[in-house]
Amino acid sequence: MIPPQFDYHAPGSLDEALGLLGSLDDPKVMSGGQSLLPMLKLRLASPANIVDIGRIPGLDTLAEEDGFLRIGALVTETQLEQSALVALAYPILLDTAKVIADPLVRNRATICGNIAHGDPANDHPATMLALGAQLVATGPDGARTIDIDDFFFGLFMTLLGEDEILTEIRIPAPAPASGGAYVKLERKVGDYAVAGSAVQLSLARDGTVASAGIGLTNLGITPIRATAAEDALTGQAPGDDTIAAAAQAAADATEPIPDRRGSIEYKQNMARVLTARAIRKALARAGG
Amino acid sequence: MATHNINVTVNGEAHAAAVDSRLLLVHLIRDDLALTGTHIGCDTTHCGACTVLMDGVPVKSCTVLAVQADGAEIGTVEGLAGADGMTPLQEGFQEEHGLQCGFCTPGMLMTGTALLESNPNPSEAEIREAISGNLCRCTGYVNIVKAVEYAAAKTGEGD
Repeated sequence: MIPPQFDYHAPGSLDEALGLLGSLDDPKVMSGGQSLLPMLKLRLASPANIVDIGRIPGLDTLAEEDGFLRIGALVTETQLEQSALVALAYPILLDTAKVIADPLVRNRATICGNIAHGDPANDHPATMLALGAQLVATGPDGARTIDIDDFFFGLFMTLLGEDEILTEIRIPAPAPASGGAYVKLERKVGDYAVAGSAVQLSLARDGTVASAGIGLTNLGITPIRATAAEDALTGQAPGDDTIAAAAQAAADATEPIPDRRGSIEYKQNMARVLTARAIRKALARAGG
Repeated sequence: MATHNINVTVNGEAHAAAVDSRLLLVHLIRDDLALTGTHIGCDTTHCGACTVLMDGVPVKSCTVLAVQADGAEIGTVEGLAGADGMTPLQEGFQEEHGLQCGFCTPGMLMTGTALLESNPNPSEAEIREAISGNLCRCTGYVNIVKAVEYAAAKTGEGD
């Protein structure tokens, strides 16, 4: 299949890229292209201009700094998978990267692209909700920080302006006695989730849950934060009843669309099951 | 629409080409350079038949623009066998009956080549993970895994 016609631009600096976004007709930012190019080939997207940010230096930071894990716009899923820091301190990110598409796609796909695409079936949004990530959007007037909770507002709709680039994700470094996990149900390797649940929590000294973040994948038209489920865990000793109540609250927060991956009832039940599993895995990693 | 002048090195040979923005890397390789060993299977980023090495990294060439490969070193199946004959991995596919229809084989070979480069002695689980983006519809995975193991063992003998 052949993509529709477009013009292609490969700016060598962020300023040049922002200038192009401000002056070109109907521009679209591309990083790894692993979501955009298939959409072009299927004629689901047809931008007049593609601005490939892949050759801009300085957008490939993957490091902890000032209390945040910084993930630059060009960091690939494979880089995330190979990071010792991520494996040690952010296992939920490793869980997530491992179940996205397949290793060949992950060699080019970027984490920031996974967020900026605005697809509720993508996996990183739920994880970033659980982690309380901040998104750095750089535009003609400089950079602004967007809370992940404010970012997604509709199917493939985000707060990112047409003249802005998602240049960085900032994840607060986890507190002591923290753990997280992402659990996804997929029909086959590389498929979009039937359902997915991301849980990041920290434990107080007495073993109760000090804080909890829970995000859900492909269970509504946007990624979902399961606030009631978080509340059901926070301040509680995480026993079987508490976990079951939180998992049910997560299922109740979903509005899945029935399709080939399952009915509403099935997906909601899977949201419950996967959230319980993710909580247990996160607790084990937190040392609880 | 604009064309772009690009330079790519394919299997060690430098090529200059004027490409349309929307030309896919796989079409540059197959149609312009007439290297038809790289196959097009699903054309939707699923099957991996079009896998090539881009600066040593296996990628699906149906999901990369040719213009994105400007300045890159591309490796295709035609570049594997040299004056000394087949690579240990190609030999492994022959010895272990790693193909039936052969359509997925070029992609499997490129992914397997990259795997062995970064991990000369992979476990069965690591091989299966590495080839999880390459689909074989003859369901020949058992022998494909054996072929990679054969190559790892043969290469290890020389150490």
